[in-house]
This record gives sequence, structure tokens and C-alpha cells, in this order.
Amino acid sequence: MNGPAQPLEPEGVGARLPRKEDDRYMRGRGQYVADIKMAGMQDVAFVRSPLAHARIRAIRIPDDIRAQVFTADDLDGVNPIRAVSGLPGFKPSEQPVLARGKVRQVGELVAMCVAPTRAEAEDIAERVELDLEELPALHDMLRAREPGAALVHEHWGDNVFLETLVDIGIASAFDAPIKVSRTISTSRQCMAPIEGRGAIAHVDHRLDQLTVTTSCQMPHIVRSGLSECLGIEEGRIRVVAPDVGGGFGYKGILLPEEVCLGWLALRLGHPVRWIEDRREHLTASANCREHHYEITVYADRDGAIRGVDCEATVDSGAYSAYPFSACLEAAQVASILPGPYDFPAYRCRTWSVATNKAPILPYRGVARTGVCFALELALDAVAAEAGLPPEIVRAKNLVRPEQMPFDNITKKHFDSGDYPEALRRAVAAIGAEDVRARQKRGEPDGRRIGLGLSIYCEQAAHGTSVYSGWGIPMVPGHEQAGARITPDGGLELRIGAQSHGQGLETTLAQVANEILGVPVSQIRVVHGDTAMTPYSTGAWGSRMMVMAGGAVATAAKALADRLAAIGAHLLQTDPSEVRFEAGHVVGRAGDVSVAQIARVWYRRPQDLPQGVHGAGLEVTAGYKPVRDSGTFSYAAHAVVVAVDPEVGQVEILDYVIVEDGGVLVNPMVVDGQILGGLAQGIGTALLEEMPFDGAGQPLASTFADYLLPGAAEVPAARIDHMETPSPYTQFGVKGIGEGGAIAPPAAVTNAINDALRPLGVEMLVSPVTPRRIVEAVLAARAAAPARKDAA
Amino acid sequence: MKAPRFHLVRPRDLAEALDRLAEPGGLVKVLAGGQSLGPMLNLRLVRPDLLVDVSGLPELRRVGREDDALVVGACVTHADFEDGRAPDVGSGMLARVASGIAYRAVRNRGTIGGSLAHADPAADWLSTLSAFGAEVEIASRSGTRRTPIGAFVTGALATTLAPGELVVAVRIPQVSAQARLGFVKHARKIGEFAHAIGAALVDPERGVARAVAGALDAAPLVIEDARELFDRSAGFDRTEAGRRLAAAGLADTVDRHLHVEALGRALAEAFDAPPGLRRAA
Ligand SMILES: Cc1cc2nc3c(=O)[nH]c(=O)nc-3n(C[C@H](O)[C@H](O)[C@H](O)COP(=O)(O)OP(=O)(O)OC[C@H]3O[C@@H](n4cnc5c(N)ncnc54)[C@H](O)[C@@H]3O)c2cc1C
Repeated sequence: MNGPAQPLEPEGVGARLPRKEDDRYMRGRGQYVADIKMAGMQDVAFVRSPLAHARIRAIRIPDDIRAQVFTADDLDGVNPIRAVSGLPGFKPSEQPVLARGKVRQVGELVAMCVAPTRAEAEDIAERVELDLEELPALHDMLRAREPGAALVHEHWGDNVFLETLVDIGIASAFDAPIKVSRTISTSRQCMAPIEGRGAIAHVDHRLDQLTVTTSCQMPHIVRSGLSECLGIEEGRIRVVAPDVGGGFGYKGILLPEEVCLGWLALRLGHPVRWIEDRREHLTASANCREHHYEITVYADRDGAIRGVDCEATVDSGAYSAYPFSACLEAAQVASILPGPYDFPAYRCRTWSVATNKAPILPYRGVARTGVCFALELALDAVAAEAGLPPEIVRAKNLVRPEQMPFDNITKKHFDSGDYPEALRRAVAAIGAEDVRARQKRGEPDGRRIGLGLSIYCEQAAHGTSVYSGWGIPMVPGHEQAGARITPDGGLELRIGAQSHGQGLETTLAQVANEILGVPVSQIRVVHGDTAMTPYSTGAWGSRMMVMAGGAVATAAKALADRLAAIGAHLLQTDPSEVRFEAGHVVGRAGDVSVAQIARVWYRRPQDLPQGVHGAGLEVTAGYKPVRDSGTFSYAAHAVVVAVDPEVGQVEILDYVIVEDGGVLVNPMVVDGQILGGLAQGIGTALLEEMPFDGAGQPLASTFADYLLPGAAEVPAARIDHMETPSPYTQFGVKGIGEGGAIAPPAAVTNAINDALRPLGVEMLVSPVTPRRIVEAVLAARAAAPARKDAA
Repeated sequence: MKAPRFHLVRPRDLAEALDRLAEPGGLVKVLAGGQSLGPMLNLRLVRPDLLVDVSGLPELRRVGREDDALVVGACVTHADFEDGRAPDVGSGMLARVASGIAYRAVRNRGTIGGSLAHADPAADWLSTLSAFGAEVEIASRSGTRRTPIGAFVTGALATTLAPGELVVAVRIPQVSAQARLGFVKHARKIGEFAHAIGAALVDPERGVARAVAGALDAAPLVIEDARELFDRSAGFDRTEAGRRLAAAGLADTVDRHLHVEALGRALAEAFDAPPGLRRAA
């Protein structure tokens, strides 16, 4: 028998395969937008608003550069970006791609300058003079909510994109013996993929297409957005996402820059390029995470939660971002705040507030990082009040395995899992007893030890039934995958989303290998190109393994049936007499390999009998899970810190993650996802913050001021996997892309609070910086001088 | 964030470099490791007409001992100290400071002369070399001069360097075998600039007990006789330290607390205080 040699080790679902794509990444051969060179390409630099809120009186362009500068007045027929939500009461914003009349955030695009190089384009941009009348800027979402505040969008009458309220019998909790109220907040952050945004636009005359090559997570959605804004039919637009150096949500947006470049390429006829620099990234492009909570937890003395009452405000920035809209974050808070807990009463009011800041986008974990922070900190406060260890309070309230599948108080449908077991394992692995003994003994260097826990659930791959309710420009339906056997027996897969670092070129190949037995080395995954792939809403919401994986499995099964039919012909037996096994169609008397079947189908059709079915070895298949309300993966995080209360330094001594992501297609890739998320969670917990001054100026414009965790700040976490299959998906997989970033801020802050509680200190704002710690320690000392000796 | 247009020259020797620096017309800047100047160029915070790249000048890469001092060429890099290619004054003192500056990639290029000439108050060399009582050697076409760091740095990012002048070397006085360096750098994360620096050099044999509070918004605060703040039996006088820092303009109480801590811990280390007196608090 010929055909490709079979690898010795299994490569299908569950194999710890090194990632195929890493070969080119590690050798520096990835091809990112900025690596692409095109004949005649020119660079674009934007003139951006230096003010957070101002009326544009005039834009003055010197005559000698007039032909290289474009403003809103030039953009005939270009529509503003509109990301409307269908939730009742939502007020839409119109985001002009180049500012018209007013600027509403620092960094808003005002003019576009084109030149042979970026440096020259910046020279031109410097010479464009803006005459602006400064207006009062809104940089504080709570004040922006108040009556009489300046207005971001005058015709609204207030600054609230959307207000929501749910009340599920909260009054029944009011008589609880324990009532703990806290004001908790997470600072505004900038997502920081290693590669920023960037786009090239050019006109392909042969295909009669405007081609936009852009570092994005959702090429098909960008195509729809470009079509709406530029007024061109979708068929005349091609969007390509080449290698993409990280997304995390930052690239799940239609950019005004993309629209501008598309228009410019059509106007000038030669390729144009814009590569975002770090200052643009930090000060002008979309932000994330800024939440404010007024939360009250009602509980019994044994720690049982009687009810949770919360007012949550999210700073959505100046415009509603396409496609997720300005309210996804806040409105989601209301539905997911209950987390993994089962309790009887709940009220949550939310506001999505417009301010003079960059639009907010859902960052890895989306609203979950914020709600986990709020609820898990509040639960530790309940534990302290009840005099119980935090794990006891959590165990008391977690959804139990025998309740699965479980509909929680906000009707979230938990598919499967054993949450108390994850908690138990985390507490045991971190050695809670020993840590607490050490904490009692005290450290010779005067630092204080703290143990922190946090637990969350992550709804992933939620589909039509969830998103149709939001009514935003994008609702995911069936996910499609294309699969084609090549004449030599290899396999090409096509998916409409974009792999921007998650390893889909490997994991989707593993899924196909599981079914067809084609070696992973001979499976190629084509993605990120509207011309070459089926439609997809893209890579977001931890949905790819469930959705694209499910679609690939469906397509591979369809191919397996066709291969079996042809193989049966070749084996001269009936299709019902053969089975598909390890890359072969096996009959009673012998077998043929996929490669042999492919060779006959494509190269020697004369060997096929009359009447063979003509559909061939290429399919496109669609997939939805049995239920599309989402998979629920979850994890318990446990962390030990040492805090120096005098200088506020926090060292992470140990970190344990017990994770249940359903059936793992590639445990090594899953570990990578968890560890990458953990790094980002540590950033949220301790380092990352975009501060603004009273005039709405973003104050961190380089990575010297916007601090990201580095190798020294990220602990070598110990990961333990549970694998409870989802009953609703192919192979029982669940989405796990975001969880790593959800729990760390709460776990780390709870650990810091555990360390500092004897000093009368409780940290409730992320990031927990040295300055915030020292401030709190000094304040506590000033308030109760006697404590110092007690401590 | 692309630099505006400028001319770049790479002189072959010191004399040529000094000639180019003295050229009239326009702004002439020295380029050493480029680790501070590079970002400033890209952010268009500085717009030189001419950059004179001195990083290849052999005269600026020399290290030797002279008159009881270690004389270090201005273009010796942080990594040269870290890796031991450049000699140290006391056992590993300079290597320790160097290895805490920035990240390895920055240390590979960043120079001791560039760091002093840039005079960022948060720079590690500025505070530690002040504690050592080091001097800066400066050359121009009209000759050379020598000035103590305290006189050289006049404020944040400000020195007495005149146009046409180049830092050629740093003279670091030798210390005795018993000398102890206390050095504490508070930074938000490894490799970042300091928010507070405490540095102290105690060398009884040579009658030195000097302390420095650095990473203020101004030149470092040098306390020539650190025994006014630290006593081996009574420990650190944090009230007095706080008073001096307040007098030096440090109004914010949290900042002051951090600086007092850094100073107290550096002093405890330099004076080899018993464990009970190690912590400033
Ligand atoms: C990410 C990052 C982190 C950093 N962290 C730290 C830190 O933790 N601690 C720290 O101390 N530093 C830090 N630095 C700064 C670094 O140490 C620089 O190397 C140093 O400030 C400048 O040295 P340079 O040789 O690169 O000088 P350049 O950048 O080339 O020049 C800096 C300035 O000095 C002038 N200059 C340079 N050499 C001379 C000379 N011989 N004579 C006269 N003028 C001269 C230049 O004209 C310019 O104005 C950091 C830098 C970066 C990029």
C-alpha cells in the first residue's frame, strides 16, 4: 500500500502536538501587514485631535501639501460608522470616519495625509493646522451620568447609551443577617497585542475588487462594515487578514482608518498603507475594562448568599464600536454577574455611559473580568464578616454537579461541570493550610503573606439565540467550513475566521485528522480571507474551537462518507460494507487509502465505474451545537502573595489554576491560552492602567507609562485540568480562550487583601499599584494609630 | 512616531567628533547608545539638524585606573559592567547597579556617559555615582574640564554641558575593601525606571558615609554625612529623613514615604545594620 506515511503517535483530538504555525513564527517568517510590500504603495499618517472635546472651527492646509491631505469634506458619499444595538432604549452614535463639526476624543481622526514614507506623511500632518474651540471634556463616567453634564452627542439629551434593570425578587434578601456593600472598580486599559493595527488598501482591477489587507479578527464583518460605509457592494470588496500578531478583542472592530484607506485607494489608484504606532495605539484607539460597581451582597451567617444587588457603570467612550456596540459590556454585566453561584434574589442596574474617550471594546474575558473582580472581592468581604474562610463561603454557593445542566438566576444555561471539585483541588494544590500557618508565623523580612481565591465561569461560543437578542450588526449563525481532498491525498480546510495566535492551524487540523486520518502535516488551514473562505463572524467569544472545530468535523464527516463511497467502488464492494479507519476505507477483502482514492478521483477518473456520484471530494458544511446558548468552561484560581506594606510591592509566590475546558483538543495549546490569559490578568491586577487628566487627555503614551507584565512579573503557574465534556458540542469541547484573563485580578487582589486585612486595609480598585497600597496603608494608620502595634 | 529628517555623522576619532560638535548653525546633538535619544527623536521631542554618533570612538571606550580612581570612558555600556568587561570599584558594586538598569537590550547599547548627560533624575547611575562622589570629564575643542556630578547635573534633564562639549569619561573614586554600598530601587516592575532610589556608600577607612535620595523631580539629594540620618544602634531617623526630603520639595506624602523607605533601607544595608534595624518602618 502506498500513500503518505502515518505518524506513529496519534495526532487527533487530545494530542499534545506542537503548533504547526510556530515554525514560521519562530523563524521570523510570519507575514504581517507591515511586512507586505507593494509597488507604488504610499504611507498614511493621520492628523488626530489633540483635544478630548472641541468644536472644529477650521482645518488649515498649506497650499503646497493640499493634494496630499484629505478631510471629511473630501469624503463624498462615505457614511459614518453606526453600530446600533436593538436593545430597547439604546441611543446610536454616528462616528464620522474623519471628524465633522466636532471631535469627541483625543486621537479622533481629523485629516489623512499621504506621502511616499510614513516619516514624510508625518511631516505633512504636522503642518495641518487645527482651529479648535475647546469644550468641557467628560472623563469621569459617574459625572457624565449626572444631569447637567456636558453632552458628547448633543441630540441625546444625556450621556447614556443604554440603561438596563433586572430585579429578581431582591426584596426577599433585605432581612439577611449579613449585608456587605462595597464600591469596586477596574481601571481603563489598553489591550496590547504585540502587533498593533494596520491596513493596506489597493484596487485589484482584474478582480474589480477593493482589497483591504488588515490586521483583524473578523474579515467578513469588516467587509460588511466597509460596504456599508463606502457604499460599495460586498462582492467588490475583499478583506484579507494575513498573519495577525494577537487580537484579544482589540482587532474585533471596524476601524475608521480602514474605511479611510479604502476610500483613499479608490481615489488615488495606488496602494496605501497605515501602520498604527504605539502612541496611536495607546492614546487614540479603542480601550477596554473600565467598570464601576456599587455592589451589595446579602448573606446568612453560614455564608449562603441570599441576594446580590448591584449598580454597574461602564465607560463606553465616545462612540459605539462596530460590530459589538457600546452596550455589550454593561448590559452583559447584568446577565453574568451571578457567576458560578446559585442564589435566590438579584437586582442589577447598568449604565453604558458616553464620555470623551476612545470607544470601549470587549477585551479577552469581556465583562467577566470586571464582574468576577466585583463579586469575588465582595464575597471575601462576606467571608470576613461571617468569620469564615473564603473557600467555605464559595463552596456553600457554587452550582453543584448534580444540578447540571443548570439554568441560573439570569437564565444562563450551564452545560456541565463540577465547580466545587475545581475549588477543592485548587485549595488543596495551593496548600492553603500551610500558607495560613506561614502567614501566622510572619516573615523575617516584614512582608505579609496572603492567600487569594477566585472562581468564574466562561460562556463561550454563544450563538444565534444569544446574539439575536442584542440586535447588534453581527449575529452568528451556522459556522461554515470548507474541506477539500487534494489529488495527492492531502486536505485543505477553509474557515472564515482568523487565527491570530490561538493555534487554529494546528487544532483544526487535529479535528480533521481525528475523522479522516490524514496526517496533520498534510492538512493546511486557509483562513482570514473573504475571497478564499466561507462566511464567518470571526474569532471572538472563545468560539473557534466549538464553532469552526464543529464545522470542520461536520465537513470532514461528509468527506469521509464520499471517500467511503468511492473507496467501496474501488474495493468492489457495497458502501455499506466499508468503514473509515485511520485514513483508509476498509472493506472485508482489503483497504484503500485516502491518497489512493484521491488519485483515482482526480487523476484516473477512467477507473471509476459509471454511476459514481459526482459530488466529489470537496464540501462546505455548516455547524451549530445542539444548543447554541454557549458552553460553560470554568476555573478556580488560587494565589499566594507576599506584600511589602511599606512600599506596596507585591510578589506572587505561587499560582494554581484548576481549569475545566471540556474535552481538550490539544492540551498544550490550552495551557498556552491559559498562561497568556494569566499574563494579561496579572496586568489588569497589578500594572495596566490608562489614566486621564481633567481635560480628558490620556496620560500614558508609551510603554514606559503604560506598564505591561513582563517575564519577571508572570508566575510559573501550575495548571490542573478537569475534562467534563459539553453535552452539546462535537467531541464535548468547550471554549477556553478567555478564562485565563478573567480570574487573576480577583484572585491576586483577594490575596493582597488577605495579607493586609490585619492592617485595616482593603484594596478595591484595579490595578493594585504600589502607590494605591501605600496610600491605603498610610490612611489606615492615620485612622487607627493603635493598629500599627497590633499588626 | 518617525523621527524628523536629520543628518548623521560618524567621526573616526575624538578630535573629529569635537570639530563636528562645534559646527555652527542648527542644533547639533551627540548620539551615544540612542536609548534615550532614539525615543525622543521618534516622538519628535527633539529635532536636531545634525547627530554626531560617538558610540564608535575608541577614546570613549577606554577604562583604566588613574590617581586612585577608576576612569571609565563615556561610551562604556551598562552591559560592559554587568558582564564584567569593565572593571569595578568595589566587589561587584557597579555590576549590581548596571544589571538593574532597564532590560538587557537597552543595557547592550545604553552608555554611562549618555545616562549622565541625559540627566534623567530617575537614572540609576546618576544616584549611585553621586553616592560614590564621582566626577565627569568633559572635552570640547577648547580643552577639557572636570566637574563633580553634583555640580554637573543642575536639575531634571539639565546639566552644565555647553554646546560643543562632550562627556568623555567618568572618574569614580576607588573604595576600600570594607566599603559597603546600599542600593534600593523602587520600580513598578523589573527593568522600569525608579520611582524612588536610595543609595549609600559607607567606607570608614576613607571617611566616606554618603547617602543619596534619587528619582526626585530634580537632581538627587546628596547627604554628605549619612550618620546624621543613621546610627548603628538607634537605627534610621525617618523623621529627619522625611524633613530633608520635604525641604527638597517632595510634598506628596505617599511619594515621600516611598523615598524615606528607600533611603532607610539603603542606609541599613550600607551601615550593615543588625536585622532588627534593617527595616525602615
Ligand atoms: C525601556 C527603557 C528602560 C530604561 N530603564 C532605565 C532604568 O531603569 N534606569 C536607568 O538609569 N536608565 C534607564 N533607561 C535609560 C538608559 O539607561 C539609557 O541608556 C541612558 O539614559 C542613555 O544612554 P545612551 O548612551 O543610550 O544615550 P543617548 O540616548 O544616545 O543620549 C542621551 C542624551 O545624552 C546625550 N549624550 C549621550 N552621550 C553623550 C556624551 N558622551 N556627551 C554628551 N552628551 C551625550 C545625547 O545627546 C542625548 O541628549 C531606560 C531606557 C529604555 C529605553
